[in-house]
Amino acid sequence: MSHKTDRTLVVRALARVEGEGAMHVRVRGGAVEDVRLEIYEPPRFFEAFLRGRRHTEPPDITARICGICPVAYQMSACLAIEAACGIQVSAPVADLRRLLYCGEWIESHALHIYLLHAPDFLGYASALDLAREGRGRGLVERGLALKKAGNAIMELVGGRAIHPVNVRVGGFYRAPARTEMAALAEKLRVALDLALDTVAWAAGFEFPDFHHDHEMLALVTPGQYAIDRGTVASTGGLTFAPAEFEDYVIEEQVPHSTALHARLAGRGRYLTGPTARYTLSGQWLSPLARQAADAAGLGAECRNPFRSILVRAVEVVYAVDEALRLIDRYEPPAPCYLEVPPRAAVGHGATEAPRGVLFHRYAIDAAGLITSARIVPPTSQNQASIENDLRRFVADRLDLDDEQLTRQCEQAIRNYDPCISCSTHFLDLTVDRG
Amino acid sequence: MTGQGNSGPRTVVVGVGNEFRRDDGAGPEVIARLRALQPGDASLSGVTLALSDGEPGRMIDLWEGARLAVVIDAVRDPAMPPGHRYQLAVDALSGVADGVASSHSIGFSDTVELARVLGRLPERLLVFAVVGRDFGFGIELTAEVAAAIAELVEQVREIVR
Repeated sequence: MSHKTDRTLVVRALARVEGEGAMHVRVRGGAVEDVRLEIYEPPRFFEAFLRGRRHTEPPDITARICGICPVAYQMSACLAIEAACGIQVSAPVADLRRLLYCGEWIESHALHIYLLHAPDFLGYASALDLAREGRGRGLVERGLALKKAGNAIMELVGGRAIHPVNVRVGGFYRAPARTEMAALAEKLRVALDLALDTVAWAAGFEFPDFHHDHEMLALVTPGQYAIDRGTVASTGGLTFAPAEFEDYVIEEQVPHSTALHARLAGRGRYLTGPTARYTLSGQWLSPLARQAADAAGLGAECRNPFRSILVRAVEVVYAVDEALRLIDRYEPPAPCYLEVPPRAAVGHGATEAPRGVLFHRYAIDAAGLITSARIVPPTSQNQASIENDLRRFVADRLDLDDEQLTRQCEQAIRNYDPCISCSTHFLDLTVDRG
Repeated sequence: MTGQGNSGPRTVVVGVGNEFRRDDGAGPEVIARLRALQPGDASLSGVTLALSDGEPGRMIDLWEGARLAVVIDAVRDPAMPPGHRYQLAVDALSGVADGVASSHSIGFSDTVELARVLGRLPERLLVFAVVGRDFGFGIELTAEVAAAIAELVEQVREIVR
């Protein structure tokens, strides 16, 4: 135990958060003076890189921003370009996109639950340490098997698991055959059991008693759990179209970061991601996923960020269940894409990346060249809320020694699954106690 | 990806990295060159060429059941000049990884150890690591790393022959 009122703690590398970044906590006189999450956003490289490119290129280029959520970038890019060009894809193509997106949710969430977050709750330093224990090996195997089911969707519908190549503006280069989908469904039926087991398992974790009062924001598609499209809505009653995103969400520079921080105009910080989705769309989960959520003790809303692992587990059930539903009624779309001739216009697109709302906006000239691009990833939207939560979280735990406090901070940060590789370079955690 | 389907590839070459993060694109660049050579190159016949962002689950899936897996990655190592190449056998990895930090946040050595614990390592695993200088955003390799690529390609061709 440490009762020093001024002390410094430095942790090099918050190893199990995707990507890279830095976390600083400064304690003075026994009180938390400052908490900063540094996200270097070497400066909007992709937005600059996209200028002058053809309007058909953003899905391929932006997929490279994040290895964990390439589909999210592709889908938001496609929606924005198609909106600019006045094209709406057919319902079967939209369904195929939703199926591909389910694959990404399964992969991303299974990775986070089993390899990054669960070891925190179970008292292991890493998934490797967990796998070395008797029962732990089976748990890690289950996580990898679940993740592989998402991988199978990505390979079949996306053309490959990393940076899918089958997606194009207007649809897909190739639509899988029904026989291929039937084989995929077999894998998903096995995965559904694994997903349900995951919820039951995670429901048994011990969750710190911690709640936030952030306004939560997510896409909403009444009647359906939002993934691939929707209207933006918040727990504070806001509702607006993706095209109005920049009227409601203000990004501003803050002194300690090269990244822009997002806030809701006239309102302040907000939180996007699984708990926001669950809170705003939980009533539209499939019956099976809803039943799993209820059995796990998730109520109508989730304001404890530590329980986000449980929400992710429920979302995996939903994504597998939804993928099976989409496959069951699947007919290869014909044609599998529409030509999207350019026109001088601005288009906006927003989808639900595994980590939250991902917004794209492109301006295109009459020749089809991109004149400006704007990408707002979920992690930068959540930054202020994460810092706020960390400030309160640390203040309640100053009696912990440096090692324990650092470990708990790491767990707290992982609650938000920050995909800092979308916007940053290195992740170090620094606790400075004066 | 080219390969031998569901029976499991006998040899797999994996390029790890992100071609939009300058020298982190060394692995993908080697794969691109090998793919260009593959159609007329007997030494690459039947070899699976794959890309990876270092994510452990997919990496393990790529090499599980392989007779030989060759992984090409960029690394940071202030002790060595950019472009310097390491060739490591899997048993040597745990000793080297601490001093040669991968640019990926989930350590490659952890992925290897995880595969070992799960009994999912290939029969033989070789790693070619090239020391990078610049991992910032950008699409071009630095001159030092670019100069190392041709020899890396030749080394891989020799190994998989």
